[in-house]
Amino acid sequence: MNLDPRFSRRTLLQGGALSIGFAWFGAKPDRAHAQGAAASADRTLSPEAVDAYFVIDADGSVTLYCGKVDLGQGLRIAIPQMAAEELGIGIDRISFVEGDTATTPDQGPTAGSTGIQRGGVQVRQAAATARKALIEMAAQKLNVPSAELATADGMVRPKAGGNGISFAELLAGKRFDLKLDPKAPLKDPKDYTIVGKPLPRPDVPAKSTGTHIYMQDFALPGMLHGRVIRPSSIGASLVSVDESSIKDSAGVKLIRIKDFLGLVGEDEWTVIKAMRALKCQWSAATTLPPQADVPSLMKAGPFTRDEKISGTGETSPAITADARTVKATYYWPMQSHASMGPSCAVADMRADGATVWTASQASHRLRGIVARLFSLPAEKVRVIYLDGAGCYGMNGHDDAAADAALLSRAAGRPVRVQWMREDEHGWDPKGPPQLLEISGSIDAEGRILDWRTEMWIPEATRGLPNIPLLGPGDAGIAQPMGLSTGLISQNGGPPYAAPNQSVVAHWLKDAPLRPSNLRAPGKIANCFAVESFFDELAAAIGRDPAELRLKGLSDPRGIEVLKRTIALMKWQPRPSPATERSGPIMRGRGIAYIHYKFQETYLAMGMEVAVERATGKIKVQRVACAHDCGLIVNPDGVRSQVEGCIIQTLSRAMYEEVTFDRARVTSTDWASYPILTMSEVPKIEIDLVSRPDQPPVGAGEAATAPVAAALANAVFDATGVRLRTVPFTPERVKAAIERRST
Amino acid sequence: MAAYDLRINGSARSVEATDSDKPLLYVLRGLGLTATKFGCGLGQCGACTVLLDGKSVRSCQTAIGEARGKTVTTLEGLGTAAQPHPLQAAFIREQVPQCGYCTNGMIMSAAGLLARVPKPSEDQVRSELDGNLCRCGSHVRVVKAVMAASGQGG
Repeated sequence: MNLDPRFSRRTLLQGGALSIGFAWFGAKPDRAHAQGAAASADRTLSPEAVDAYFVIDADGSVTLYCGKVDLGQGLRIAIPQMAAEELGIGIDRISFVEGDTATTPDQGPTAGSTGIQRGGVQVRQAAATARKALIEMAAQKLNVPSAELATADGMVRPKAGGNGISFAELLAGKRFDLKLDPKAPLKDPKDYTIVGKPLPRPDVPAKSTGTHIYMQDFALPGMLHGRVIRPSSIGASLVSVDESSIKDSAGVKLIRIKDFLGLVGEDEWTVIKAMRALKCQWSAATTLPPQADVPSLMKAGPFTRDEKISGTGETSPAITADARTVKATYYWPMQSHASMGPSCAVADMRADGATVWTASQASHRLRGIVARLFSLPAEKVRVIYLDGAGCYGMNGHDDAAADAALLSRAAGRPVRVQWMREDEHGWDPKGPPQLLEISGSIDAEGRILDWRTEMWIPEATRGLPNIPLLGPGDAGIAQPMGLSTGLISQNGGPPYAAPNQSVVAHWLKDAPLRPSNLRAPGKIANCFAVESFFDELAAAIGRDPAELRLKGLSDPRGIEVLKRTIALMKWQPRPSPATERSGPIMRGRGIAYIHYKFQETYLAMGMEVAVERATGKIKVQRVACAHDCGLIVNPDGVRSQVEGCIIQTLSRAMYEEVTFDRARVTSTDWASYPILTMSEVPKIEIDLVSRPDQPPVGAGEAATAPVAAALANAVFDATGVRLRTVPFTPERVKAAIERRST
Repeated sequence: MAAYDLRINGSARSVEATDSDKPLLYVLRGLGLTATKFGCGLGQCGACTVLLDGKSVRSCQTAIGEARGKTVTTLEGLGTAAQPHPLQAAFIREQVPQCGYCTNGMIMSAAGLLARVPKPSEDQVRSELDGNLCRCGSHVRVVKAVMAASGQGG
């Protein structure tokens, strides 16, 4: 347990060069770390420069400036671990500043499970470059060859022993003035003392005692509370507003910019009540297709292009007489980020610049957005990250920031906007729908003769700087139009030996609701289809699906995670489905595997389920996962992420689908968009494969990918029913069981 | 504007509100007690849970008028990082929160349970916390921490 106050978020944030005060909600005047837009670092913020990442103070403490942010996934400890290890200094001497465009380098959005593998690795290389320079400086001062020196505890010392010289003394107040050296030697992992340790996350004590300041808790002096009244239908325009309907709401001011309608006031509750009371008329708009038609409409187009993602071998291989051919269609619906706290932001728009506080995964990108929307030079816009309720990609945080900026500009005061629950569920950008069709043939020996994946997916518009935001759209501010969906075509092919295979994507020009990247974009649905289909092939020839996977794999790291999962599951080889499935409770097991993006984490996942015949209710009893993300920086952090990946994706697979009528989203609360609850969470066993000699790759997404496939395969094993459409609701499962038994 | 007297985290407080329907949630947050989170405003997610006379309630569904004369305990009142309540200590030890937005509700609901049932079974913990949603997937650790805080396992 770590209750060391030096690790509190406040201390960490104050480690930076930021100190002008503002008031938090109510009486917390001592919590200060930020100031207005004008502030900027007196050093380069180029991601290529060592000085962008590290400032070594006269007292020898180090401030680490990081462009990637901690969204709850633990970068706040893991990246300092990498830096402390590589520099050769105690981690308690490092303060961590993250996601502030005025002080941190732009390391790209915290997305795609790249926090450690790109952001952390970049910081590590900066640290290695700094260490090399410090050793060279010390070599001159001590008149000792560099090779005989090493760093530890913030000092450069002769390896043989003797007096050292501190980092601060070596730098003597100067900057490094060095570019990141890709060849700067890295510490040998066998000498690691900090990386690889399950150090506690520094924000956990404050999060557990209620003193952690979230985006939702942040306030400025003179700040107004704002709410935005979204159109009654998607695409509706504002016909009229009856201002007299809120005449009793003391101090609440109405702000209208074309179809953008907001309220601001001193007291949050009064503004919310006014929002509920406000009478306004919107034009009728029915821009959405019938929800049930979405899969067929996706096949109909229009498309921007067809893309051959991958392919090898002949187009029409010889299919032997003993082979079985299977063809199946899989559908993954639109889903919400469904963040626990509705999106929130504070904006302070002034004539000479703007400051925006946000929980966005991409503060540097948001800076560019705000600059474009309000025709400001980027250097006059400062975006500062604060923790929000978890986002798993781009949820409504950026929209809330634009809302707050629009209201602040109109009101001439800082404005805080927090969305209501119906705004979050109704208007957050959605994980896109995905339709996959796979056909393939397998011979009696278990050789895949042929494999064809076709996918119909909304495109990610090339060169689109960001998803068009809601508020500016309604306010009539021009924005680049297009779709953003993330890298959703990855992992569409089999990871097993299949000499004749192809993956083709039909990129759709449009999507029914505004899509965005949602955790492990595309890979969850693709792995669901690919790994379900592999089981369908195995069942077609009556082979054990785990054994058949082992037979098809040649990568030793893949084989290792699969074997470890088989061991965790105490897997007994036999074909699926199970022979005994006549009782009221049907039990089965399933397995799935992925090599994430075909280049990152390896993992396999097994699942045991019980399915209730009368209700179709699935109870997931046990999940086992062997996970190899290369070098493990913080094993408890990785475990926490793998647990989260499994639970969140079970929820997505079993319950979640955004519903809508022809005008609007209708799943706008937790009753209409249920998620997995505490009682339904299974026992989870995780086996981490440690490979210190390998690069660290992501752990925040990979374990989401095989969840739905392992679950569908387990349900098939239990019931003989193949689920190809998500979510696996009791109604859907019950209907499938009944269809099969009639 | 009317005044409402209540005890919050051990101190007698008189708070003003324009209407008796104002949810306790906004009263608390207005006092700087921001551990109590707005999640849904519908009583569906549990992020705003506090103890009212020792029982866990959803502060978004509790009007200030109903809280008049009662005792309110928030997460800040339960303990501090220096002197954490056993539940808070267990949440820290088990490294429960990810984003942590649901953590307030998890701990306050568990505190309400432990006040009634000092040694709950794991099933009791799970069913008590069914009304507290978590999106990051910290559930396994929540249950482990609550069991540990009640002196069982951990």
